[in-house]
Amino acid sequence: MEIVYVYTKKHSEFGRQCNFSDRPAELHVDILPDISLAANFTVRDPCNVTIQCAEEMSEHEVNTERFESESRGINHVEGGWPKDLNPEDMEATIRYRKKVEKDEHYQNTIMQIAGLMEHCCKQNNATDIYREFFEDEDEEVLEESEEQPSAKTINVFRDPNEVKRTATSLSWHPEGNHKLAVAYSSLEFQRAPNDMSFDSYIWDIENPNKPEMTLRPVSPLVCLEYNPKDSHILVGGSYNGQIAYWDTRKGSQPVEMSTIEHSHRDPVYKVIWLQSKTGTDIFSASTDGQVLWWDIRKMSEPTERLVLDPSKKGNLDNALGVVSLEFETTMPTKFMVGTEQGLVVSCNRKAKTPAEKIVCTYSGHHGPIYALQRNPFFPKNFLTVADWTARIWSEDIKESSIMWTKYHMAHLLDGCWSPVRPSVFFTLKMDGTLDVWDILFKQNDPTLSLKVCDEAMCSIRVQDNGRFLGCGSQLGTTTLLEISAGLCTLQKNEKAMVSEMFERETKREKILEARHREMRLKERSRSEQSREDEGKETDGEESAEELVACAEREFFEIMEAEKKKERNEEKQRDKV
Amino acid sequence: MLQAEVEETIKRIQSQKGVQGIIIVNAEGIPIKSTLDNSSTVQYAGNVHQLLMKARGVVRDIDPQNDLTFLRVRSKKNEIMIAPGKEIIQKPKQM
Repeated sequence: MEIVYVYTKKHSEFGRQCNFSDRPAELHVDILPDISLAANFTVRDPCNVTIQCAEEMSEHEVNTERFESESRGINHVEGGWPKDLNPEDMEATIRYRKKVEKDEHYQNTIMQIAGLMEHCCKQNNATDIYREFFEDEDEEVLEESEEQPSAKTINVFRDPNEVKRTATSLSWHPEGNHKLAVAYSSLEFQRAPNDMSFDSYIWDIENPNKPEMTLRPVSPLVCLEYNPKDSHILVGGSYNGQIAYWDTRKGSQPVEMSTIEHSHRDPVYKVIWLQSKTGTDIFSASTDGQVLWWDIRKMSEPTERLVLDPSKKGNLDNALGVVSLEFETTMPTKFMVGTEQGLVVSCNRKAKTPAEKIVCTYSGHHGPIYALQRNPFFPKNFLTVADWTARIWSEDIKESSIMWTKYHMAHLLDGCWSPVRPSVFFTLKMDGTLDVWDILFKQNDPTLSLKVCDEAMCSIRVQDNGRFLGCGSQLGTTTLLEISAGLCTLQKNEKAMVSEMFERETKREKILEARHREMRLKERSRSEQSREDEGKETDGEESAEELVACAEREFFEIMEAEKKKERNEEKQRDKV
Repeated sequence: MLQAEVEETIKRIQSQKGVQGIIIVNAEGIPIKSTLDNSSTVQYAGNVHQLLMKARGVVRDIDPQNDLTFLRVRSKKNEIMIAPGKEIIQKPKQM
């Protein structure tokens, strides 16, 4: 059915002009305002309107899902024979080969590349192009062009928990150095949030995303050490004073923990494995002033106890709180303790009475000694890191350190020697800087100063090869750094030079000490004299004043002499 | 005849000091001529072909105008020398 609309119009009306007419405006609607409604509104003054004359853009972040890929190769053995040829068929292959050999293009190409090949064969026969010429000269050139010392970050391990804790201690796996055990705890007094996790982790260096193993102690661990003899055993000292040990084969729970009654009363700041036949002895130290020895097979009671009382009476109230321990396997009977009060106490384990155990003390620091380590090459000298300086001491000089760094702007929180170079040591500062010191190169400033992160760096541990080091920060971030070859290869004569330097400084200190003693004796004898004859008391004072006047006189005399010399020289120059 | 020349050239290279063997491989990876035994030939042909393609790709990638002229693979015991043939350019068809 067709739909048709017939539209008719008179022919005369097509093309007729439009007739417009004019009329005045007509008001169709007039809506007057309702004043009562205005009461519902208030005037806003000023009005803030933001206008931007720019393209509207939006930002989106996309993180693709991690895609695990593996590279595989396929080895294609037999060449690409044409489809109709069976490669097993000897005759067919021979026929094919013969056919190719007759091809002109083949012959031309072979002539070309054969020429090239011959040339190279003859080259090979003429001279061995890969031999090491100028071998001896090479070494000298290498030494001159020494690279700038540098360090670069290899990997960063972050605390996977929401609430970040300080990485207080690091320990490298004794074999292969591919695992790092990090102890996390919060050392701020009573400021640990309630939901803070107690776990500490063992990281595999290659995988910074997820720790390889978790250790679940009863209380957060302040220090953690691998057993150097058995790489499956770790011992940790915790915040509540207990010691626990783990076997990585047995899982995350500690195998055994020390009993609370016999443990420390304060956080255990350092625990060290001892050299023993059974490989199960450790000793631990804490700020409650005790140093305890344990055998991990029997954690119910410590095997030995030492109270660090400087008055040698074994009084726990007087005891100095211990913050760091030092033990060198080459000297198994001696050990050193760094205290909260800034004293280093050297002790002898094999002494008969507890009073004799404390051999001597070294003072000189203003704050707790965070790190204490003997130089691996020169055990008589040791490094202490405390307050704002790092100091190197000699065992023989008890009054002061033989070498020290300047006072820094930030606290120094940890440090250690490099195990491969006797002149290199590392320090960590509270502003997150790692300083590498090379005392043969520069004594006033660190050889390399690197800002690792923005928060305080609390612990450092160098690997046995001296190349890699791990440092832990306040927010639980452990950074793995590699230092340049120049800082971890032993230079020739280095040992001799360092030992010379230490001896020289030791001698200097000895001389200074002797001088001080002399002066003190003089003062004492002088004061005794003046006490005996009181009349001569004023004399004593006068003699001091006299000395001052004498010194002044001498000083001015020297100045005049110098001035005269200068004037004479000028006159001579003018003459010339 | 060019073929005789080809044979002669191959013999000449073979007689050079230190040369253990020669293998000629075509573009499809099929060993055409070889002075070594079959299993070695097949092994070399298969591996070398892939290596050559890759090396050529690398050179071309870095500079498209450049091309691989020679490849030496030096190892502890010996050296493999590979000379790639030119790629075939088709003659333009005459209309």
